[in-house]
Amino acid sequence: MSERVGFFTDTSVCIGCKACEVACKEWNGLPTDDVGYTGHSYDNTGALGAATWRHVAFVEQNRDSSTRWLMSSDVCKHCTSAPCLEVCPTGALFRTEFDTVVVQADVCNGCGYCVPACPFGVIDKSEEDGRAFKCTLCYDRLKDGMTPACAQACPTESIQFGPLGELRERASERLEVLQVAGERSARLYGEDPDDGMGGLGSIFLLLDEPEVYGLPPDPKSTTRDLDSMWRAAARAGAALLGAVVVASLGGRR
Amino acid sequence: MTDGATYEAKPDSYYGRPILKAPVWTWEIPVYFFFGGMAGAAAPFAAVAEMRGDRALAGRAWLVALTGVGVSPLLLISDLGRPERFHHMLRVLKPTSPMNIGSWILSASGTIIALATARSVLGWFPRLGRVAPAVAVLGPALSTYTGVLVADTAVPAWHEARHELPWVFAAGSAMSAGAAVALTGGGAPARRLALAGAAGELAATTLMERRLGPLGEPYHQGTAGHFARASKALIVAGAAVMARAGRRRSGATAGAALLLAGALATRWSVYKAGFQSAADPKYVVEPQKAGR
Repeated sequence: MSERVGFFTDTSVCIGCKACEVACKEWNGLPTDDVGYTGHSYDNTGALGAATWRHVAFVEQNRDSSTRWLMSSDVCKHCTSAPCLEVCPTGALFRTEFDTVVVQADVCNGCGYCVPACPFGVIDKSEEDGRAFKCTLCYDRLKDGMTPACAQACPTESIQFGPLGELRERASERLEVLQVAGERSARLYGEDPDDGMGGLGSIFLLLDEPEVYGLPPDPKSTTRDLDSMWRAAARAGAALLGAVVVASLGGRR
Repeated sequence: MTDGATYEAKPDSYYGRPILKAPVWTWEIPVYFFFGGMAGAAAPFAAVAEMRGDRALAGRAWLVALTGVGVSPLLLISDLGRPERFHHMLRVLKPTSPMNIGSWILSASGTIIALATARSVLGWFPRLGRVAPAVAVLGPALSTYTGVLVADTAVPAWHEARHELPWVFAAGSAMSAGAAVALTGGGAPARRLALAGAAGELAATTLMERRLGPLGEPYHQGTAGHFARASKALIVAGAAVMARAGRRRSGATAGAALLLAGALATRWSVYKAGFQSAADPKYVVEPQKAGR
């Protein structure tokens, strides 16, 4: 197993150029999105999806007469405790030697369970293809010692790739710099290994609440509750059996 | 931003867009919940009738179970993006995946139900042995695992109902199995099972909606709300007919039809509530910010 790698997306230097979206599509041979006008600032891809593995969000905020733009390139979080991988019934979703989460296209049968399991709304099933797709953190490039296409293409180093431990340190340092400079709403997202997902493989530096960027504020891996769910099912099943037996006793007419 | 004030544009969401992806499951899935659940309750009912020596009732119940468990894989396979790869479900045994465990439960219970029905109705496999112990475990498992299946997702209306959904599905299974057997002339035992299931389902859905609080909103609104209300009306009416006129053939038929429709409507309401819950980011943001 190699060292765990990931992304650090520093949204404070994102300029919304979408080079990451384009580089990702180019490298991974992904079809075009249904590009049109969403009416949501310069966002014309809308959300992550089966053919959109990087998505740049544009948040326009107005206060009095001033406006600020928040831009952020969203991506799969490659969670420590990844619900998509855990619920996958075929084993198509697996954890690589880089500690990233990838779908094996030759195994996936398109059951769609991973789609509602993801608390970030990342993975989706392709209508045309029938299987589930998401960011692979450029698994093929990693195997050849290369940087993922999006990080390589990013002109401002808003998207940084590297060993996760190193990225976490870099993120804390950057946060400190911004806070000293007076950016008091700056915060890190997904860097805490003790959060509900066991920490994320893609960490972010945000300038506002996560939900403003379309991110869940404090997601929890649902499979943590699996034991209590199976216990509820076992109790309900036992009650069902009891009802069947009791109903069978007594008169037959 | 020199005066220390904060920007407040469109709080709490990104242009109101959903945070979660909508489930991609189509109509086959809630219909499967109905048929699979019915089979899971009908099978132990048949086994008990067999043990009590009521061969006619056992035969009817086995046929109901076989119908349910026979339709189920067709529905599930039809929903797959790559139906020809259905057998990939059984290439691993994966306890963290309720769908994987469910595939094993369905395969095993389907096999046993098919063999037991053939023995009961056609006299085949005389040396099959006792099926009751296996059916007592696999049947209820088939009826209730689907509650875990939908609850083990990020969809708030499903995940936060994780302690109640298996009960909703268990009760609905008893109700539909009892009703289906009553429809084929099952007599008093089938009617009692249907009525017990009807009472259980009304109690379980009411409890679920109450415990969900604001997250239960989708069960009261839109399509999910229509079906939730329809299911309650159908179940109350069906139970009343079954209890008062179930001894007559026409009464049993009418009551059973209403109860079966009610069971299906409940499943549809749960299914649709998941979509409505995933579509609005407030159901994700508010409880997470409140630390739920």
